[in-house]
Amino acid sequence: MRILVVGGGTAGTIVANNLARRLTAETRAGKVRITLLSASDRHMYQPGLLYVAFGHMTPDQLYRDEASLLEPNIDFHVDPVTKFNLDKNQVLTAGGKTHDYDILVIATGSRMVPEETPGLNEGAEFFYTEASAVKMFKRLREFQGGKVVVAVGVPHKCPIAPVEVMFMLHDYFTARGIRDKVQLKYHYPIGRIHTIENVAIWAKPEFARIGVETETLFNIKEVDVKNKILKSEEDTEVPYDLLIVIPAHRGMEVLERDNLGEGGWIPTDRFSLAMKGRDNVYVVGDTTNLPVSKTGSAAHFQAETLAENIASIVKIGAPVRDYDGKVYCFIEAGHDRATYAMFNYQNPPDLKPPSKPMHWFKLSYNQMYWTSVRGLL
Amino acid sequence: MSEMRIIDARDTFCPGPLMELISYMKRASVGDEFELLSTDKGSINDIPEWIKKVGHEMLSSEQVDGVWHIKVRKAK
Ligand SMILES: Cc1cc2nc3c(=O)[nH]c(=O)nc-3n(C[C@H](O)[C@H](O)[C@H](O)COP(=O)(O)OP(=O)(O)OC[C@H]3O[C@@H](n4cnc5c(N)ncnc54)[C@H](O)[C@@H]3O)c2cc1C
Repeated sequence: MRILVVGGGTAGTIVANNLARRLTAETRAGKVRITLLSASDRHMYQPGLLYVAFGHMTPDQLYRDEASLLEPNIDFHVDPVTKFNLDKNQVLTAGGKTHDYDILVIATGSRMVPEETPGLNEGAEFFYTEASAVKMFKRLREFQGGKVVVAVGVPHKCPIAPVEVMFMLHDYFTARGIRDKVQLKYHYPIGRIHTIENVAIWAKPEFARIGVETETLFNIKEVDVKNKILKSEEDTEVPYDLLIVIPAHRGMEVLERDNLGEGGWIPTDRFSLAMKGRDNVYVVGDTTNLPVSKTGSAAHFQAETLAENIASIVKIGAPVRDYDGKVYCFIEAGHDRATYAMFNYQNPPDLKPPSKPMHWFKLSYNQMYWTSVRGLL
Repeated sequence: MSEMRIIDARDTFCPGPLMELISYMKRASVGDEFELLSTDKGSINDIPEWIKKVGHEMLSSEQVDGVWHIKVRKAK
């Protein structure tokens, strides 16, 4: 049995490690081969980018060598897939190799696409890549006052980041002693300030307390870079001195090219995580089209479920459980406090009051992540 | 006219039905139609509110066995 995992990020690494541990005897006996293909030899802890954007971490602290995170019985190659040939149970790679599989797991993640919105690349700061987070920090450092506008594209990964960035901006400018010279304005695509109702209810008075103005039903259309104006699909406009945007995302280009899913989002069964219409292809993490938050946490819970199921398919010929939609998100709430939201398909998120211990737990998790992707946590 | 496509946003809290609809509408062409399935009672207000504000078209909405079926057309 040849199991091929494509993508060495949060989801792919957890699937591969979890499978490798469950199938140690089978791989040793040569009955099962687990291959992992990725586009990079390094693994980035992406949530750390938010800290880089505020000067709390440097980029080198976000990386580990992917090979150092993997079980020895995983055959790992840095060789990105350039063609998915699902009818032949085959992928082709940039290095010119062909990999045949019996079971395929696609975990190629998502990417921001600011280039699809006129003026965004020229006019806005981002923090969703290493280079943009470093650039944003330098802009914040030189900023002496004026109107900071934050806006959000759809869809995007880490739905809690827009709220967190407001608390961090408030804390950052307060620490520099220029908070009174800075206006903070937050824009959100739907009719309340966060898509999770409990988060919206909690954040509203918190934003009022720290002096964040809000505008809802605001979907980014374009940026007039010359006049420093952000325009919305709803025909409203907002002038800015510093524009910070979480741009809309897509899945990887190769998936769109090979018609695996519109926007690079692969149609996926919400319980079995099988690609719709295929019984030997599974999808985990950001690249599913599931109506579930694109978070490392969802990727983690999906990956654990899927690895257990694939191991069971190998051992007893059937999967053993469904993904229940579970997500657990930390929420940095400023002032060294944090809270969290946990939910699944059936239970809405319940929000606890922010606390300092929760913030320390989040800071420890920034390190514990590495244990978690190894599949040990 | 292109065929009506279904967006299954039942039992979701994040990103939620309206965010799902916005994603699909962004990638669609003018004239494309969607039927959004939602179990969130808020959808019956927030979806028409957004559709009206942005200038798209509401076609219909009805509740069948606890699921809202909301049909919309991209108008611009
Ligand atoms: C600023 C920021 C803050 C965040 N904060 C949080 C948070 O607080 N909590 C949380 O849960 N999540 C958070 N996230 C989201 C989280 O990082 C992602 O949701 C998670 O990494 C998704 O995992 P994934 O495996 O689907 O994709 P990724 O981890 O992005 O991995 C994708 C992998 O696929 C590889 N790949 C791409 N193309 C190919 C190809 N063609 N062939 C082979 N391999 C390929 C890439 O090299 C990469 O290794 C945050 C993200 C950002 C950017």
